[in-house]
Amino acid sequence: MSLGTEISRKLHDIADRDMVFMHICGTHEAAIARYGIRSLLPDRLRIVMGPGCPVCITPQGEIDAALDLVDRGCIIATYGDLLRVPGSRGSLESSGGDVRVVQGVHKAVEIAEGTDREVVFISVGFETTAPTVAATLLSHLPSNFSILSCHRLVPPAMKWLLEQGEAHLHGFMLPGHVCTVMGYSEYEQFPVPQVVAGFDPEDILLGLLMLARQVQEGSSRIDNAYPRAVCREGNMKAKEIMGEVFEPCDVEWRGFPVIPGSGLRLRPGFDQYDAQKKFDIEFRHVEKHSACICDKVLRGIAQPSDCKLFDRACTPRTPIGPCMVSHEGACKIWHTYRVKMR
Amino acid sequence: MCIAVPAEVIEKKEGNIAVVDYGDLKQEVRVDLVDVDIGEFVLVHVGFAIQKLSREEGLETREIFRQVYAAMEE
Repeated sequence: MSLGTEISRKLHDIADRDMVFMHICGTHEAAIARYGIRSLLPDRLRIVMGPGCPVCITPQGEIDAALDLVDRGCIIATYGDLLRVPGSRGSLESSGGDVRVVQGVHKAVEIAEGTDREVVFISVGFETTAPTVAATLLSHLPSNFSILSCHRLVPPAMKWLLEQGEAHLHGFMLPGHVCTVMGYSEYEQFPVPQVVAGFDPEDILLGLLMLARQVQEGSSRIDNAYPRAVCREGNMKAKEIMGEVFEPCDVEWRGFPVIPGSGLRLRPGFDQYDAQKKFDIEFRHVEKHSACICDKVLRGIAQPSDCKLFDRACTPRTPIGPCMVSHEGACKIWHTYRVKMR
Repeated sequence: MCIAVPAEVIEKKEGNIAVVDYGDLKQEVRVDLVDVDIGEFVLVHVGFAIQKLSREEGLETREIFRQVYAAMEE
């Protein structure tokens, strides 16, 4: 019997009550969908996706701010995933501006080095991405380069989800790559079962088994099922570099209200690289007016197939919500694997 | 964009740059965030090595990622 089948059988034995676990990582969702892991789970055990896709949780107001920078004639550099995310007046892709896809922030700097025009990097991402931007800002940079900081931190959002309680969660599968950088000591503040899991199907099933065991025992701790890549302290060098450049701030997430301390802004010494200050750009709150339920999907209280627009009006070619845009968005992932099943 | 891929460091260059091997692709990445030597495995995210991995983990994980990405590209 394969290891996966064995773990799946144990899960069926152990799931003697309703258990809902949330993961917060686009790569976990991709692996869960790819390997059909939900079909191996007992009926009483569910795994839902939380706000684990950094592109998806970037609110419309920040996309609008990037569009304002297009209007100012700036060259915009960012990750491909962000191009089609709808703001309130179109997307970066449809803006008609000089918008360039880059692998990372260092490539945006190379663009700035080759032009006299202003280059702004739209800097989205969690604690995996923020240190790469921080390291770049600590190196020698041309004066026509700046960033629009749209970064988010995972633990404050988890705190919000737990306090809010609408998703009725029994535990969390922590974001593996974020933990690679940050470690998991920050998560020890949360009195719920948690596990750090890897990305192969057995890893994910093992993580679920560890969570289910904690629920059954009535315990709450962090089990590390991915010790080869993740240690409690994380990557100290990356954390120090990130802390030197960024400081936490209160920001809104798409689908969430303002979450205290959940964003990152540049520290005062880095004003010259702060596009918000350089171009006097504000992040405005935008009310949602469509039938899109990405907000509920991101909070773990709905799944993509609950949405009336899913795979009908909203497809990867004609996305209405951000979760259909990014490779890590739940809707895009579900669309990809449903299509494959036909 | 929040995806990270394991790769082996095969060359180190000036200015916090290393050449890594993903299996069928070699690429220059930034190594500002890790202290690595040739032959070590790193996890690469948006063109930066964000953490070191054990060799065994690197090889195993690389295969899984290859399968997941192949499916997502189809």
